[in-house]
Amino acid sequence: MNMNMTILGQMISFAIFVYLCMKFVWPPLTAALAERQKKIAEGLDAADKAARELADAQQSVEAALQESKAQAAVLIEQANKRASQIVDEAKETAQAEADRIKAAAAADVEQEINRAKEALRAQVATLVVAGAEKILGASIDVNNHKALVNKLAAEL
Amino acid sequence: MASGMTSSEYIAHHLTNLTYGKHPVNGWSFAQSGQEVVDMGFMSINVDSMVWSVGLGAFFIWLFSRVAKTATTGVPGGVQNFIEMIIEFVDDSVKSMFHHKSALIAPMALTIFVWVFLMNLMDLVPVDWIPHLAVVVGIPFMKIVPSTDLNVTMGISFSIFFLIVFYSIKQKGIGGFMAELSLQPLGKWALPFNLLLEVVGLIAKPISLALRLFGNMYAGEMIFILIALLPFWAQWLLSVPWALFHILIITLQAFIFMVLTIVYLAMAHDHH
Repeated sequence: MNMNMTILGQMISFAIFVYLCMKFVWPPLTAALAERQKKIAEGLDAADKAARELADAQQSVEAALQESKAQAAVLIEQANKRASQIVDEAKETAQAEADRIKAAAAADVEQEINRAKEALRAQVATLVVAGAEKILGASIDVNNHKALVNKLAAEL
Repeated sequence: MASGMTSSEYIAHHLTNLTYGKHPVNGWSFAQSGQEVVDMGFMSINVDSMVWSVGLGAFFIWLFSRVAKTATTGVPGGVQNFIEMIIEFVDDSVKSMFHHKSALIAPMALTIFVWVFLMNLMDLVPVDWIPHLAVVVGIPFMKIVPSTDLNVTMGISFSIFFLIVFYSIKQKGIGGFMAELSLQPLGKWALPFNLLLEVVGLIAKPISLALRLFGNMYAGEMIFILIALLPFWAQWLLSVPWALFHILIITLQAFIFMVLTIVYLAMAHDHH
């Protein structure tokens, strides 16, 4: 094994390669690695943020849902109340109408009875006069005895 | 195993670098034998080690800078993903061991890890393919695993040694560095002993770094060469398990080289 000038040649080559590595290899590659590291860190941050925002959104969705459910329940209750109110009102109106019709009918009947009574009374008066004429054998002056006959008819 | 060679010739051939240098007799030329390589001494260069290591280093820079240029911050593709995995692995290692600010350490650790790994990876190319091809086209020797050449591992570890000394002085001053070398572990009355201990410890860092990688790769290559001496139908019985095991070794050695570099430079930055 001979030591010779190769050792000097190697030292020169080594220095040149180290220089080239320092200049063209190490800085750009480590810069790229650092850049990617930063990017990944940012990406992870963004993912975290997105997850947090998603959780927030879900929470607000939940809240909104709850609120609308409550509102719907209130509305349904109101509607039910209103419906029963309408039914009640309708019932009352119908009742009132029925009462009114009943009252009118009763009044009509009363009137009819009165009219019939009047007619009967008039006929009775005539019959009484005719009967009395026959009994007395003489005509009774209707006009003279009108007050008497009417008194009689009113007593019937 | 090439025909017409004895086993020892075959092994020697596989362990000899393609060397260009100043031969005392032939002048500047490619060494044609191991003896000529020895004769050339220091004034020579291992062409195969240089070509393969620079080629692999250039491949590393090309691949990584191409990915760096088109790196997206979005979803990474296959190659970018793989490169980023390596970058993060190295970055984590550096951050866990080196607690000072430095624009140099992390890119250097990456360069060491990938470059050493690629050089080690050449060990998994079947030992005869490229050397034999080289012989066919007329190149006498071709060692394709640069990290089995002590010059290569020493070249890197000495560079690191200079960085250790540089940063020690930069962070602590000449006086601080000298004090660190001479006033511990036993206090100022044992100064020569301290100095001896610390200087040996300091020099042992690059030497052990280089020898560990070289030794592991050289031994691994040697075993592949020895397996290649078996009859062709029996080689897979040993070469496949050894190659699988070697995948672990080459990765581990690249990692150890990187980690120790970081640790040594962190120690150079720390005040004791």
